[in-house]
Amino acid sequence: MSDFHERASREQQPGLSRRQFLTYALGGTGAFMASLVAVPFVVETFDPIRRGGANAFVNSGHKVSEFNKTLPQLVEFRAHRDDGWNSADIPSRAWVILQEDGSPLAMSPICTHLGCQVNGTLGPDGKPEPSQDGQWWFHCPCHGSKYTVYGIQSPGSPAPRPLDVHKVKVDEAGYLYLGPLQQRNSAGQVIS
Amino acid sequence: MLKKAYDWIDERLNVTPLWRDVADHDVPAHVNPAIKMSAFVYCFGGLTFLVITTQILSGMFLAMYYTPDITNAWYSVKYITDEVLLGNVVRGMHFWGASLVIIMMFLHMLRVFFTGAYKKPREMNWVVGVLIFFVVLGFGFTGYLLPWDQKAYWATAVGAQLAGSIPWIGPYIQTLLLGSHTVGALTLTRFFAIHVFFLPAALLVLLALHFIMIRAQHIAGPL
Ligand code: HEM
Ligand code: FES
Repeated sequence: MSDFHERASREQQPGLSRRQFLTYALGGTGAFMASLVAVPFVVETFDPIRRGGANAFVNSGHKVSEFNKTLPQLVEFRAHRDDGWNSADIPSRAWVILQEDGSPLAMSPICTHLGCQVNGTLGPDGKPEPSQDGQWWFHCPCHGSKYTVYGIQSPGSPAPRPLDVHKVKVDEAGYLYLGPLQQRNSAGQVIS
Repeated sequence: MLKKAYDWIDERLNVTPLWRDVADHDVPAHVNPAIKMSAFVYCFGGLTFLVITTQILSGMFLAMYYTPDITNAWYSVKYITDEVLLGNVVRGMHFWGASLVIIMMFLHMLRVFFTGAYKKPREMNWVVGVLIFFVVLGFGFTGYLLPWDQKAYWATAVGAQLAGSIPWIGPYIQTLLLGSHTVGALTLTRFFAIHVFFLPAALLVLLALHFIMIRAQHIAGPL
């Protein structure tokens, strides 16, 4: 009699029942096995996150001494691009001007509004010449964004920020190397 | 928390009978390895399905990086293997899994054969099983070409010649199979489409028939 009561109360003890224990054990083992299969898929899918953007610097083919502090000059170069299993040298352009301190500023011609190519102010001979539009030297053909020679947008422009600039390096021989693009805030300071 | 969400849905949609109908059955004693160890032979059908599931999953994830074009296919497979984080693991799963499906399927077939489970009233399910067998062989044949390496190219070249040696219609079958008169760009796109769209669709339909028939007829009795 007392034996029966003892057993009954043991079975009602709080905590895991046999059935719950088995459910958890089997569920846990199943979840572990499923995650062995699933984890490589997730990692593989997120592989692009760990890849940085383009990082290489390419020789622009021009010396810093070829540029001036008044007007930007157009530079055509080949940007190296690794794209999955493809790699290519893509013809690219940058506008380069020297800042007050003589350091080169290499601007992308891509409008920061929606990505059209902005035009510099060029004469009939194709050479840069002073703007007839006050301080606005670059004009975007698409929605009329205007930028100064340093690529700072006009207050009324749809463009939200100045033209992006390349990271730059100069080698011992004085050649200008162009690196990845960076964004600037409206004061013209690099933010990323 | 989970229980609450389940109850909330169940109250509105009455889903419990749906899954009970699919999943809530006693395992017959002669099929239960916990009772008689040798009953593990009844697991092979389910194991085949498990491996097919991982094949479909790993294939979907490979397809995110693979490209079926003769100039790039090999580079994209190399990229998966050498560059993508754990890409070699995902490819390895698909690679070894391809053989494992065939092994499991074959063991399943042997079990059905030696327990005589194909006899009346289950003849039609044997026929569906044989169709599944051919579909899976089709997966192997078309998938083998996709890395577009030497092995892939020559295996397909030989396979195509086999088809071409059928009397009378062989050459036509060969051209249709290759999508061209030689193994080339059109063969690769064709095999890719067959491997990734046509065969999975056919396989899922056949598996559905297979399982519906098992439900209707139950598992065959003990020997
Ligand atoms: C029973 C099912 C399947 C079998 C037997 C099978 C077999 C194969 C084989 C033998 C290869 C060549 C692997 C290599 O040499 O690396 C392959 C590659 C491939 N399979 Fe499958 N496969 C199956 C299902 C699927 C499914 C369902 C998909 C996609 C929805 C898929 C997508 C791919 C892709 C994209 C490749 C090329 C990548 C690579 O070669 O590693 N496979 N498959
Ligand atoms: S893209 Fe340049 S103004 Fe809209």
